[in-house]
Amino acid sequence: MIRESLRAIRVTLVLWILTAILYPAVMLIVGLLPPLQYQANGSIINNSQGQVVGSALIGQPFTEERYFWSRSSTTNYSSFTKQEFEPTKPENITQRTGTSGASNLAPSNPDLIKRIEPEINRLKQAGIPPAGDLIYTSGSSLDPHISVESAKAQIARVAKVRSLNPNQVEILITKNTDGRFLGIFGEPGVNVLKLNIALDNIPVSR
Amino acid sequence: MWQGFLQIALTLIIVIIITPFLGSYIARVFLGKKTFLDPIITPAEQFIYNLSGIRHKEDMTGWQYTRAILYSNLFMGIFVYLILMLQGVLPLNITNLSAPSWDLALHTTISFLTNTDQQHYSGETTLSYLSQTVCLGFLMFTSAATGLAVGIAFIRGLTGRTLGNFFVDLIKSITRILLPISLVGALLLLILGVPDTLAGPATTTTLEGNIQVIARGPVASFEFIKQLGENGGGFFGINSAHPFENPNPLTNLIETIAMISIPAALIYTYGIFANNTKQAWLLFWMVFAIFILLVGISAIGEYQGNPLVNTLLGGQQPNLEGKEVRFGWVETALWAIVTTGTMCGAVNGMHDSLMPPGGFSTLFNLFLQIIWGGQGTGTAYLFVFLILSVFVTGLMVGRTPEFLGRKIEKREIVLASVILLIHPILVLIPSAITLAFPDALAGISNPGFHGISQVVYEYASATANNGSGFEGLGDNTLWWNLSASVSLLGGRYIPIIALLLLADNMKNKQPVPETTGTLRTDTVLFTSVTAGVILILGVLTFFPILALGPIAEGFQLAKGI
Repeated sequence: MIRESLRAIRVTLVLWILTAILYPAVMLIVGLLPPLQYQANGSIINNSQGQVVGSALIGQPFTEERYFWSRSSTTNYSSFTKQEFEPTKPENITQRTGTSGASNLAPSNPDLIKRIEPEINRLKQAGIPPAGDLIYTSGSSLDPHISVESAKAQIARVAKVRSLNPNQVEILITKNTDGRFLGIFGEPGVNVLKLNIALDNIPVSR
Repeated sequence: MWQGFLQIALTLIIVIIITPFLGSYIARVFLGKKTFLDPIITPAEQFIYNLSGIRHKEDMTGWQYTRAILYSNLFMGIFVYLILMLQGVLPLNITNLSAPSWDLALHTTISFLTNTDQQHYSGETTLSYLSQTVCLGFLMFTSAATGLAVGIAFIRGLTGRTLGNFFVDLIKSITRILLPISLVGALLLLILGVPDTLAGPATTTTLEGNIQVIARGPVASFEFIKQLGENGGGFFGINSAHPFENPNPLTNLIETIAMISIPAALIYTYGIFANNTKQAWLLFWMVFAIFILLVGISAIGEYQGNPLVNTLLGGQQPNLEGKEVRFGWVETALWAIVTTGTMCGAVNGMHDSLMPPGGFSTLFNLFLQIIWGGQGTGTAYLFVFLILSVFVTGLMVGRTPEFLGRKIEKREIVLASVILLIHPILVLIPSAITLAFPDALAGISNPGFHGISQVVYEYASATANNGSGFEGLGDNTLWWNLSASVSLLGGRYIPIIALLLLADNMKNKQPVPETTGTLRTDTVLFTSVTAGVILILGVLTFFPILALGPIAEGFQLAKGI
């Protein structure tokens, strides 16, 4: 019995070194290679001043008229207003670590309807047809995309506020749409953060 | 809608194409035949054998095999539990997390040790990069390899071979199957955008001037073995719905195929061991038929959307609650059925927010455990059902039942029944206790019929070693951590012991020569009878729960209340 358990311990330790140390270390080293650094670090986007403005894969909340709006998020896209951002406070753990989450509301839960009803009215008032992606909250609360239709419905508002030609805005939507893989798998979505950055980068004419 | 079904069809065609190749590769590995990886792996493996002190690769009996599993798993569990409890003082803890509570650490250890990966915590706020990688990432390999070893030992016994040596099977599963595929897969995920870094969370200022904190970490290496090994425990709280775990439709396709490939291929592996690929394909198509039915009803349910919301909208919209735009209704529905069928348990959309057909199908998978089934064990359960079918048909025609030329007698049926019965016992009894104290114990977050589903799902997921959940449930409590741990352990080790003893028994039997009177098990008729036995035994046990949970919820929604 002692021989058996000693052997179990030795095998465990050898496999631990192989799968828990060597394998992740190889992947970390591969991630340091220059062509993969961008992905390995989380697809971070810097602005022209070199400041980090977000990740190309992670959405951001937008409420201002001049921006395209994202989906509703249960964690506000792991973001915090400057007033509430106090990461040193012990209870604000998500401000140190980042977070993800979902509503986990069942289709039969009355709270779901209570949440969606005002959302539909809000969208209707803003002149946006309430589509599924806008009224329902996402799986991760960080969804970077909205549907192409929901983006197109916002062209008029954004173009008006920014005094842009709607066609120009529509071209930007097309440029920032991530299509299906091979035109088959998944659903097309407009990357809202990249679209809004592109809008901000349009040089102000006049 | 038809475009959606095209996506499902093409994904499954890829799986069907992979099956014979991967299946025969796995068979070659465990039959000790030459494979194309030998020149690199054989010397490395020899080095590992030397380090581990395995000189004699003697064949083990059922009990020896069982003891080897229990000793090694016990040691792995203690080792990981200690690291988790010392997390606060160990390095690579960039966000200064303290150790989890003792009961959460215990539940987490047991959950990952049993290839379940049920999580009562969120990765971001609970575990350091060190804990994620050297504890959970480690158990993801060993628990998958343990399952695979059991599956192979069972097939060996069934086909009259000696069971083999657990340590050799464990090492081979890792060095020749899990690790090489993971290296390639993790590299692909990394190229496609899954991060892999030791840098801490990125703090950014959003375009509108808020502060956003973006969790990162060594995700790519973790993510792929999570999928391939039917583990399913997310690096981040929200699992593969998180854009860093699953950033685009291509990663989603890769991760879906990684989940289903080994359980599907193992059926073919059996065919090679038994020298009867015809029977393997018959079983494959039987499982496939049930699987595709479940995918179909779930996908249609999500496509039709929530009738209550559709009334408000004045039109039909797919149910996107808890789903990501890039996957949509179809990829999320397909994933939900694959992940519960294969006992992976990773999610790319929230199961709690699935429409009742999706809730029904995911629960159905957890109850049956063989719609592909867990790594290794799922295939073994499939043959347990086959043995029971042989017994039932034998009774019907009044002949001694035989399977692969070996008589099925009392002891085999007792062991098969233990495997079959332990599941409802460990699901239904704790569910009943928990539901008896809804306020003190249950932590239900969705009222009505769905609340019952939440509780039963948690225990079914634990016992089936799946790990997904109706995650609204408030489950990080002493009661949930401990009671789910019992279901996790019982649902894993009791069937494993019974399987190995059953395999040992079958091996030791004198083969009976085949005559014209022998009941052939590789016919369409017998496979259909097996499907009937599976549905009757597996589903009827749980039908009252399905009626009280998702079916009742479906009727409620259809009535519009």
